[in-house]
Amino acid sequence: MFRQRSDLPLEHDPSSRFLPWLIALMVYLAVLALASALTLGDAIGRWNQELTGALTVQIAPLTGADGGAAESRARRDKALALLRGTPGLVRVEPLDEERIAALLEPWLGPGNVGAGLPLPQIIDVEIAADADIDVAALSARLSTAVPGATVDDHGEWLHDLVTLARSIELAAAAAVLLIGLTAVITVVFVTRTGLAVHHQVIEMLHLIGARDSYVAKQFQFHALALGLRGGLLGLALAVITLVAIGLVGREVEAVLMPRLSLSAGQWIVIALVPVTAAAIAMITARVTVLRALAKMP
Amino acid sequence: MGNVESVVRFENVGLRYGAGPEVLHDITFALEPGSFHFLAGVSGAGKSSLLKLMYLGHRPTRGLISLFGRDIATMPHEEMPVLRRRIGVVFQDFRLVDHLSTLDNVALPLRVAGAPEEEVRDNVVEMVRWVGLADQLRARPHTLSGGQKQRAAIARAVINRPSLLLADEPTGNVDDKIAMRLLYLFEELNKLGTTIVIATHNEALIDRFNHPQLRLEGGVLTVPRPV
Ligand SMILES: Nc1ncnc2c1ncn2[C@@H]1O[C@H](COP(=O)(O)OP(=O)(O)O)[C@@H](O)[C@H]1O
Ligand SMILES: [Mg+2]
Repeated sequence: MFRQRSDLPLEHDPSSRFLPWLIALMVYLAVLALASALTLGDAIGRWNQELTGALTVQIAPLTGADGGAAESRARRDKALALLRGTPGLVRVEPLDEERIAALLEPWLGPGNVGAGLPLPQIIDVEIAADADIDVAALSARLSTAVPGATVDDHGEWLHDLVTLARSIELAAAAAVLLIGLTAVITVVFVTRTGLAVHHQVIEMLHLIGARDSYVAKQFQFHALALGLRGGLLGLALAVITLVAIGLVGREVEAVLMPRLSLSAGQWIVIALVPVTAAAIAMITARVTVLRALAKMP
Repeated sequence: MGNVESVVRFENVGLRYGAGPEVLHDITFALEPGSFHFLAGVSGAGKSSLLKLMYLGHRPTRGLISLFGRDIATMPHEEMPVLRRRIGVVFQDFRLVDHLSTLDNVALPLRVAGAPEEEVRDNVVEMVRWVGLADQLRARPHTLSGGQKQRAAIARAVINRPSLLLADEPTGNVDDKIAMRLLYLFEELNKLGTTIVIATHNEALIDRFNHPQLRLEGGVLTVPRPV
């Protein structure tokens, strides 16, 4: 005979139809922004690792000299000896000439990297994880011992890359915040519309002794339900998009493109987005109603 | 004002809506517990406005109002709901909720007060029978006649056994026979101890009962001579 129902027919309001879609859209965008921030965060971590984990030593070929291979090899060996004698370097490996030629070929054209072309010597150096190497000092010592030897710690290049990634990460975080703010504003307006539409009933409830929280509860649970509905829809669409991007990314396998693969923890963070959206909707609706009712006589 | 605490007390109360003219001037009166008054006056005299002040639907522009011995101006916001639950109101336009059945409409004051659902059920069914709407339990307001809505509104106003019942033109939509029955119903409530004020412009009806009258004319109240 009695059905447990809300006193306010909020589910028949037009807002009940469009709010879930708006929230779905916002959750979709937030999840994509968050996923890119998380992925970039991982990539930055890896790049930072590389930044501190490896050096490349380059020994320029002597110009004007007879360019003898023996001379060149002697310079390389001298550098190798110095590097191998430096504590904290775990691997000091010269690249052989074919490898260097192969690396240059794309720029010079096939077959152009001939015997007549003076090639630099390149030594790949790996730094121990716990070592604290002063790259500048090492570089100075090396160029004194072997004139024309330079140390490249990939620093500048990786630094630029990390800066770029960090700005993108910041932009993504800002986007998530803005989306959250937009959600709050949207729910405030939807709730205010609801308050106006149902003003008569709300005033009557107020006059017969309803506490403000009694009225607020009806709005907040309604907003929670709409928020969850929209949020889950947005999450589902976003996950489909992420998985699709992940599949495409696997095909491309570009060296620099960060792989869009998220850890279990990161998936949990993403799954929390619709829950957060629903919570924001609920709290916003409650606060909006309480503030409006506090003004009633 | 005697040694009994007044249910309602107005002192030099004035009311204006927004920047409009004052519609109630220097209203001073007190209602003793268990009293029964008509609030008489032609349409536009200010009856609804005076009731509105009594059921806390509007704050006075000036003057002092106290209900059940408490000055409402200094009462904290969170204590108002409990006070309001002691006041039953029959609104002139009923204010029934369109999408709720007669039962759920009448049940509102109990639910709002957080009464347990079994208690709600029993009380509401009994109350709806008492006002003669037993066969309209599940009907929505729009399917009820004017008189039926009126009775549903009265049932909702009294379901909480209020200490003070305020009715605004409760006989406005019914014929004389039903009007008399509704007034007998209010008298029954009054015998149980409820203080009652009935606003009406129907002088013929007032004349059939022997209750004191508060008369409003152009926003000025005339209080009955003490008996
Ligand atoms: N909400 C309101 N805003 C402005 N003026 C109002 C409002 N309600 C009533 N009035 C004015 O107050 C006066 C008294 O009206 P009312 O209290 O409804 O009298 P009654 O119930 O005796 O017919 C009238 O002049 C009316 O126009
Ligand atoms: Mg009136």
